[in-house]
Amino acid sequence: MGFFGVGIIGFGGVLPLARRMIVEQRRWMGAAEFTDLLALCQFLPGGNILNLSVAIGLRFGGLVGALAAITGLMAAPVVIVVLMGMVYARYQDLPLVRGLFAGLAAAAAGLIVATSIKIATPLRRRPLGIGVAVVCFVAIALARLPLLTVMAVMAPVSIAMAWRWRE
Amino acid sequence: MIATLLVLAAIFARLSLLAFGGGNSVLPEMQREVVDVHHWMTATDFTSLFALAQAAPGPNMMVTSLIGYRVAGVWGALVATLGIILPSSILTIGTVSFWHRFRDRPWRRHVQAGLVPVTVGLIAATAAVIVVSADSNFLFAAVTAAVTATLLTTKLHPLWLLGAGAGIGVLTGFF
Repeated sequence: MGFFGVGIIGFGGVLPLARRMIVEQRRWMGAAEFTDLLALCQFLPGGNILNLSVAIGLRFGGLVGALAAITGLMAAPVVIVVLMGMVYARYQDLPLVRGLFAGLAAAAAGLIVATSIKIATPLRRRPLGIGVAVVCFVAIALARLPLLTVMAVMAPVSIAMAWRWRE
Repeated sequence: MIATLLVLAAIFARLSLLAFGGGNSVLPEMQREVVDVHHWMTATDFTSLFALAQAAPGPNMMVTSLIGYRVAGVWGALVATLGIILPSSILTIGTVSFWHRFRDRPWRRHVQAGLVPVTVGLIAATAAVIVVSADSNFLFAAVTAAVTATLLTTKLHPLWLLGAGAGIGVLTGFF
């Protein structure tokens, strides 16, 4: 399965690569169908690309196909990341390695800050949505409440507001 | 050992079903469980593993395997990875054949529109947790700010920026 290749070269987000392979190179499905399946995978919880590989595998090869796709996607990255973890565990006390990881973490922090700014931008014209986002942020980042509690309260509240006011 | 593996499986299986908007939204909860509740590692260790996973190939859930490995070796990596994959995959398999039936219903759009602000808040919380832990001094805060600005204004591949950050970090190791 081609998901093996996607998994191994997909540095920092594999979705654009997966789309190119599935739609343009192997022509397993059309662009519209891909977008439709992706919408489902973004609707459901879990990593979008994980869900997508399962959905596409299921479509073409049933349960065996789903298993093959997810295994193909994950096997190489898991092996690589565990090997990196072993190296890190062995050398983490060296000053150079500590410096390297401190710098890497600062850059990785920039990645996630940029992501959160990008996904927050569409909320500009949704004042209620901004309110919900701020409450969730405070509850998780500052109050350190359990995620299950926050989701159980805020998800229904936010959905009800989106329903009532058609934001 | 078996008890630890079961706890790992339970934590990541729960995170799998709470991860609306993808893996990055559950990172603060992962940190809370791993650092605050179970004391398996420090917040700095957690952030290092997150950074390592960002620099590794594959989906951004890879930090799961690293945490599993750190807590309980290779079996821990396997159990944590399966824990984060299986529940959401089973949900996807169960839903995909019904998708065309509820895709165009109004409630589906409202539910999705309602979940967006929650996801935005959670990912912003992830950013805050990582920034607080990673930016221990002015230099590292400047690296984070520079990476953020570059990503928002150019199409440069993130791997270059991770490499630059790591390079600056190595230099600090000399002084």
